[in-house]
Parts: sequence; C-alpha cells; structure tokens
Amino acid sequence: MPDATPEAMPATTTGARSAGTAGATSAGTAGATSSTPGTRPTLLLVGHGMVGQRFLEALVERGVTDSHHVVVLCEEPRPAYDRVHLTSYFEGKGADELSLTPGGFMDTHGIELRLGERAERIDREARTVTGGSGRVYAYDTLVLATGSYPFVPPVPGKDAEGCFVYRTIEDLEAIEAYAKGAGRGAVVGGGLLGLEAAGALKGLGLATRIVEFAPRLMPAQVDEGGGAALLRTIERMGLTVHTGAGTEAVVTDEDGRVSGMRLTDGSELPTDLVVFSAGVRPRDQLAREAGLKVGERGGISVDEECRTSDPAVFAIGECAQTVDGKVYGLVAPGYAMAEAAADAIAGFPGSFTGADMSTKLKLLGVDVASFGDAHGTAEGCLDVVYADSRSGTYKKLVMDPEGVLLGGVLVGDAEAYGMLRPLTGSVPPVAPEQLVLPAGAGGPVKLGPDALPDDAIICSCHNVTKGQICACGTLPEVKQCTKAGTGCGSCVKTILQLLPQTGDKGLCGCFSYTRAELYEIVKVKRITSYARLLDEHGREEARGGEGCEICKPTFASVLASLAPAIGADGYVLEGEQAALQDTNDHFLANMQRNGSYSIVPRIPGGEITPEKLIVIGEVARDFGLYTKITGGQRIDLFGARSDQLPAIWTRLVAAGFESGHAYGKALRTVKSCVGQTWCRYGVQDSVRMAIDLELRYRGLRAPHKLKSAVSGCARECAEAQSKDFGVIATASGWNLYVGGNGGMTPRHADLLAQDLTDAELIRLIDRFLMFYIRTADRLERTASWLERLEGGLDHLREVIVEDSLGICEELESLMAAHVAGYRDEWAETLQDPERLARFESFVNAPGTPDPTVRFVAERDQMKPDLAVLIPEGALTTR
Amino acid sequence: MIRHGRQATLQLRLGDDWFTVCDAARLQPGRGAAALLPDGRQAALFLDRDGRAYAIDNRDPFTGASVLSRGLLGSASGRTFVASPLLKQRFDLESGVCLDDEGVTVRAYEVRVGNGE
Ligand SMILES: Cc1cc2nc3c(=O)[nH]c(=O)nc-3n(C[C@H](O)[C@H](O)[C@H](O)COP(=O)(O)OP(=O)(O)OC[C@H]3O[C@@H](n4cnc5c(N)ncnc54)[C@H](O)[C@@H]3O)c2cc1C
Repeated sequence: MPDATPEAMPATTTGARSAGTAGATSAGTAGATSSTPGTRPTLLLVGHGMVGQRFLEALVERGVTDSHHVVVLCEEPRPAYDRVHLTSYFEGKGADELSLTPGGFMDTHGIELRLGERAERIDREARTVTGGSGRVYAYDTLVLATGSYPFVPPVPGKDAEGCFVYRTIEDLEAIEAYAKGAGRGAVVGGGLLGLEAAGALKGLGLATRIVEFAPRLMPAQVDEGGGAALLRTIERMGLTVHTGAGTEAVVTDEDGRVSGMRLTDGSELPTDLVVFSAGVRPRDQLAREAGLKVGERGGISVDEECRTSDPAVFAIGECAQTVDGKVYGLVAPGYAMAEAAADAIAGFPGSFTGADMSTKLKLLGVDVASFGDAHGTAEGCLDVVYADSRSGTYKKLVMDPEGVLLGGVLVGDAEAYGMLRPLTGSVPPVAPEQLVLPAGAGGPVKLGPDALPDDAIICSCHNVTKGQICACGTLPEVKQCTKAGTGCGSCVKTILQLLPQTGDKGLCGCFSYTRAELYEIVKVKRITSYARLLDEHGREEARGGEGCEICKPTFASVLASLAPAIGADGYVLEGEQAALQDTNDHFLANMQRNGSYSIVPRIPGGEITPEKLIVIGEVARDFGLYTKITGGQRIDLFGARSDQLPAIWTRLVAAGFESGHAYGKALRTVKSCVGQTWCRYGVQDSVRMAIDLELRYRGLRAPHKLKSAVSGCARECAEAQSKDFGVIATASGWNLYVGGNGGMTPRHADLLAQDLTDAELIRLIDRFLMFYIRTADRLERTASWLERLEGGLDHLREVIVEDSLGICEELESLMAAHVAGYRDEWAETLQDPERLARFESFVNAPGTPDPTVRFVAERDQMKPDLAVLIPEGALTTR
Repeated sequence: MIRHGRQATLQLRLGDDWFTVCDAARLQPGRGAAALLPDGRQAALFLDRDGRAYAIDNRDPFTGASVLSRGLLGSASGRTFVASPLLKQRFDLESGVCLDDEGVTVRAYEVRVGNGE
C-alpha cells in the first residue's frame, strides 16, 4: 500500500474538496502575479503540519496576518494536529483532541485554509503555485513546510494489502481497521517511531514483532548497552525483537494479502500486517522540481533565516536542510525554524543555526535519554557505565581523559538528565561513578544544580553559564542581563533553582512564575495566546487545563500593556482575550452586589462642560440610575442591567464621552485643583497638565489600578502625595512624587525629581509607569511595590532617571506604542453587533431583562432590592 | 458535560425532558452565558477549552445575585470550576459543590449537545 515516493502519500487522495475561490486565481489565469485580494501581499504556506501551524501562530504574534493575506494549502483532510502524540489516537483520543488548530483560529486571523489541496507545482518566475484542484495561487512569499514521508525499503511485496506506514491519522485508521481481522503484526524499524508503532500494535491486541536492521534498538539515540537494556525491558512486555536483520521481502498469500516476512538472515516469520517505520525522508520533491537548491542527502537547503536559494521562498521543519547541514526529524527544531522564518518575514532579527539533539523520551513506558556525544565518538574518550539488567537500567557517561563530561545515555532511569546535560563540557563536581550509581549505592542522594561548577552551561541556546546566572537576583534580571531562558525556555526551571529561594512565589496554582516573570516570558516569546502560555509555561499539572480566575486576567492585563509592542491586538475584548477578562473588564463596567453594573465616564482632570453634565443627568434619569460623585472627580451611575449598557453607552459616546476604565486595573483619574488660571495662589496650570496626563495614560493596563493628581501649588489641594504618581507645581516647573496611597494602608508619596519641564515630567512618568508594569506583582499597588523594591527609591532613581539598566529607551517606546494605539473601548465595542450580543441577560431570550435585578426607592433615588436576593431553593446545605 | 459538534444545540435536562437552550456555538470557551428556564429559574452555561458543556444554577448562593454565568472558568486538580464574579468562591461545574465551602452546593444540570428537535 504505501509508496516511497512523495507523490503517493496516503493523505493525498482522501477528502480532497475544493473550498471557496477567494484568494486563488482560477486555472485559466495561470501566471497571474498580482496578490489578491486587496493590496496586501500574499503569503502562501504549503503544508499545514505541526511546524506549519506553529509558523501561523508566529505570524499572528508578529502581526503578519494583518499586513499579509495568508493562504494555506493543506494536503491532509484536516487542519494541523499533534503528530508527536499520534499514538494516543489508539488510546481513544479523537482527531479533535489531537488538533493543534484552535477553533476559529483561521477565521479570527483572516487566514484562508484550503483543506485537501496539495501543491503540485511551483512556478518561481510567475510566483504561483498550482494545486491538485487545478487552482493557481499567486504568492509574494512562499513558505514550504511539507514535512517528511515515511521511507519504505524497496522490497518485493511492500505494496501488498496489509502493509502500512505510520504518519497520519488516516494511516492509523487504516491500521486499526485492518488489525480487526489480524492476529499478528510486525514493525520494520526499531527506532523511536518503530517502537511507538510496535506499542500501538500490541495495544490493538496483536502479537507483535520488531525487525531492526541495526544490531540494537534505537541505534540513532542509544549505544549498545543502552539498546540491550531497552531490549530486555521491551521483551519483558511481551514483544519479540529481531535485531541485525533486514527485510528481504513481504510474503503474500494467494489473495495478495500479507502473510509473512522473509528476513536477510534467511528466517521467515508469519505476520498478517506490516508497518514500515524505517525512517523518514524530507518531502523536497516540489522544491527540487522548481529548481531550488536541495542537500545531497535530501532536504531543501536554507540559510539562517530559513530562506531557500530563492529569497521569496522559505522552508521550515522536517523538509528543510538547515545551515548546519542537518535535516532535523524532531519537532522542537522545526518550531525554532518557524519562529526564525516568521521573524525574517516580519522584519525582526532571528535565526536558526542548529539545535541540540539531546532528547529525553518515554517509549512504551521506558525513560530514554541521550545527550552530547552519546556514542563516544571523540578521540580517546572513556566511558563510565552502570548497568542493571534486573531493573532494565543502563547509564553511560562519556568523558575525555581530563574528566570533562562529553555526553551520555540513560535508559530506564533518566532522572539525572536535567542535571547531566548542563554539566556537559565541564568536569563534574563529583566522581563520575557517583553520577550514575543509584542512591544508596554510593551515588549522591540527589545532585541539585548547586553542585554544578560555575562554568557549567545552563542555557545552551545562549551559552550562559551558572556563574553568570548566579550573579543576578531574579529571573527577569537573568533574562535581561544574560538572555538565558529566552530561547527554548527549557532551562528556566534550573535557573529558578539557582536563584535565591523564598518559597513558592508563583502567581497561582497554574504558574510557578510571578506576574513580572510572566511579563518577561510573554514579551520575549511574543505569546499572544493564553492557552499557549499555560501549556508551555504553566506548572506541569496545570498544562492543558482551564487555567484559573487569577492568571487569566493577569495574562490579559500583561497582554494589554504589551500588545502594541508584540504585535497583538490591544482591544481587550478581542477574540480569546475576551474570555480571560474579569467580569468587570468583560462588560466594561463595575459589577455591584445585586449583579447590576455601574458606569463611570471619563472626565479628564475633573473638567466638564455644562452640556456634558446635562447629558449625564439625562442618561441617569432616562435609565433610572443612581448617581454619585466619586472621590476622583467623576460621576458614577449605578444600577444598570448588563443588557442596558450598550444603549447607555451609545448615548454617552454620542455626547463625546469615553470609557473611564473604572472597571479595569488601569489608570482611573488624574485629579486636579483649579490651578493658576483661577486660583490666586496657583503657580502652574494644573488642570491642563492633569488633562494631558489623563489622556496620555488612559486605557493603560497595569498590575493594579493607578491614581494620579496634579496640584497647582504647594498647598496641595489635589492631594497628589497620596497618589501612585502625583505632580505638584513649583515656580519653575513640576515636582514628581511616586508611590503614594490612600485607602487601607496610606503612604505618603516619595519625591522622585524636582523642577521638571513638561517634557521631562512626562518622560519620567512614562518610564516610571512602564517599569512598574513590568516588575510589579499582581495586585501590587505602586506603594507596596516601591517598599518591596530592593534599594527602594534610590534604586528606582538609578533605573529610571540615570538609566542604570539601559532600559529607559525601551520603556519609553513601550509607552509611545501605548499612546499611539489607544482606542476607546466603548466606542469600539458599540461598532460590532456581535460583541453586543454578550450584553444580553439570557442567551435564549434576547431582550428579556433579568428579573432578579430589582430596585427600591431611597432618598429620591433607587437602590438594590435586597429582598429578591434572599437565599431560596437554589441553595442546598448538606 | 458532553463534547459537541459544530451545528449542535445545547440542551438541559429538566425532569424527564430535555430543554433546548441555544446553539452551542453561541458560547465562548472559558466563559459562560445565562439561560432563562421555563419555571423562571436561571441556569449558567459554560464551555471549557475542550468544548465540553456544563450547566449549574446561575444564582450565587453567597450574595443571592444571579451572576455565576459571568464568572471565569478554571480548573484545579482536574476539576473544572467557575469563580463567582462577586466574592470569588469557586463552584465545581460537574457537581455544583462549592470548592471553598463544601457545605454549599448549587444545582448542577445534566447537559447534552444534540441536533435539536
Ligand atoms: C508517531 C510519531 C511520533 C513522533 N514522536 C516525536 C517525538 O516524541 N518528539 C519529536 O520531536 N518528534 C516526534 N515526531 C516527529 C514530529 O511529528 C515531526 O518532527 C513534526 O511533525 C514535523 O513537523 P512538520 O510540520 O515539519 O511536518 P508534518 O507534521 O509532517 O507536516 C507536513 C504537512 O505538509 C503536508 N504536505 C506535504 N507536501 C504537501 C504539498 N505538496 N501540498 C500541501 N501539503 C503538503 C503533509 O500532508 C503534512 O500535513 C513523531 C512523529 C510521528 C509520526
């Protein structure tokens, strides 16, 4: 059945269906080079496998899906799925569960996905690709992510009924169906994939054999001793293994169905089904035919940016041969290539120069790890080996004559992998035998990262040593100063162990990072999806879960403050972001005790015209709202049902009001006194400055709410010294105070700088706010943040006045991006009828108000009717 | 709690009957929506990120307000919960048990996603 040529991949013939026509020129107009539709350039992706999907996500994160029209040709009948966990399909995971493509992902980002469409030909001159449907797709940039095809040795009978490969969901479906009428199975190939396929056949109830040409199992990863340990464990599971034997022919019965296999050692074994798992080959045919440069042993040659010999064409994943001359058959290097190509396309710096092939896997329940020079190929190297065939444990370390650790293999117990890999290239701190012996037999009970020498490389992506890391105090500092942990991220756990411990500072049950650490992760890795953050950086036990009510809004807030800088949408109710917001941010209003909402329109600096006051009064009257003047020189309107919010805001927006963000962890108000304009004591125009500041920082999401005030003279009528940032006029400019607080734990603000010009003042506040947003904990006001900050006010001054960390330019540009990207959330929400649907009280009864939101009169206004809230049947006490 | 297909409707079990609420596609994973039931009660409906549907009473027993549908979904130790938007108590979506005060339970409904009748 399978064929070794890429032309006849199993998935190509199934499920081909044509979808729409937008974006493709019809077959008749082949050669069209214009990018359609519109004027945006077209980016065409061929192949929607694991790396293709990660590439699309990387495009979204970099805003390329906005600047480009993205079209994807997907040969398989379904969007990308998790091939690495393909075998779990047999454990009952449906195709849906394996999917890597979140529902709505393509629509949300305007990506055109063509399922069942295989790219047949590239015309590089015309810049078009012809699909199997006959359609011609024009491109400006072409990205090939066509993966690999399973290699099937050219033996007689290889196409007989009962022969399979192991690569796609369709392959597994076919195997499963055929296995129903079979009793015995054989797998050709005892590598990583073969063992996995063998496990699957056994799971399907077949008596299973593995035939491996090499003298041992997993020849690419482990050495002879490791293979032997693996062999014993696998045989103990009831599988039969033939090593050192090749397949000579597949034997068939009179109906042409598989009945056995003949091996090169002359033996013949009966089997009803054969799975070829003898390695993969890059699918470079398409590129080859288009005249792109390919490697000698296959793979599309690419440079550090993953560009092929044609600068308009990129190749990523298993189909590419990278600058180090390798074709990587693992997913992580493919992901790194996807990021590098997306960077190049978006104009960011980024490159892929090679990846560490160290691996740690669990195969058939057995831990297997190899790292560095696992086979001991270096000249004069020596081994230290520990083997226990009773437990199936095998550990080997390869050292040079000076005792430097070069690599190793661990089978059966790979616990030490996390420690040993960073030790590679250095002389281990203890005798090597102690590193392989089990605890109690002379081995160390547990060798923590403390035991590593100072020159051990902890971050192999950026070549950062333990010593460099230990010179920093916190993870964000480590990342900033050394870049460690900002590559693949796998060393972050070790870094945290190296840093001073103060218990679990994790944000919540889902993340062991603090808010500030998550901020850095989101920024550096440009993560715009909560699911990705959770699944890649969450605590082990929280990955794949729902997250929680603490980290979801925290991520939404971090994303809102970083959005312009990482190319995400800053609108807080955009796509997935909407699902992460606390109810107040979700409804853009403040929930009150009976489930009704209050509304605070922005009144910058507390200055308001009579016309606007009248509108507020009219709206309150017409909707029957309770009104109260707030402490921040604004007016709060209480008692609106959620379904009334759009109508209320339609009127407010029409009158020129904007959201006051009273519902958000964001800038609230910049209070002011009347200032020099009217007051005989005033020395500056405090109202103008308050309005300027409020308009500059409106909408800025922060770890907690932000309050501010501007006083026109030292009498301080605006109470600026009780604010997060307060400004007091002087005869020659402005004094800036920071870290003040009223409320439960009042704190007088500290004087940060004196006699500033307008521009100096704003620049300093920009830096202050962004530094706070970047480094504060969740729900930490500036007052407690400043108290906690090591070095306190002096340190703050060094960082944001003297620029001791060299980050001020970045802080300023983040703020500039915020200011430029500001949009009124309410005006934006009202424009989209779909967004308005969520304000309805009931999904199944639009227009019906919630009958439990009721009011009674008090002092000529209304207040919640608490009688309707008294507990009744819904509450059962056990 | 059932996996749903695309064009499916969401139904709650009320006694022996299945009450059709809305298209499952109306719900956004990770968030909820309120439904008005024939007897005047309200149910809070949710979808988790895997597309499973849940329904519990919408009334927050700690405040009496009908707001649970507006809380955020989360999971802990494998149990999916909603945190009340008012005082943040968490309710297990399968059983209705309050995870922060096990003596308190809200009604949990059986839900299915069918093709509508
Ligand atoms: C059973 C199994 C277990 C694995 N386990 C691991 C593991 O534990 N760790 C690990 O790192 N890796 C593992 N891998 C390897 C991993 O799955 C691959 O490295 C990864 O899928 C490569 O991604 P890719 O996008 O380059 O290729 P693929 O995921 O293969 O995607 C390529 C896609 O392109 C499509 N395509 C090809 N040509 C065309 C065309 N002309 N037109 C349109 N579409 C086309 C293909 O149909 C396919 O859908 C495993 C693989 C398998 C099969």
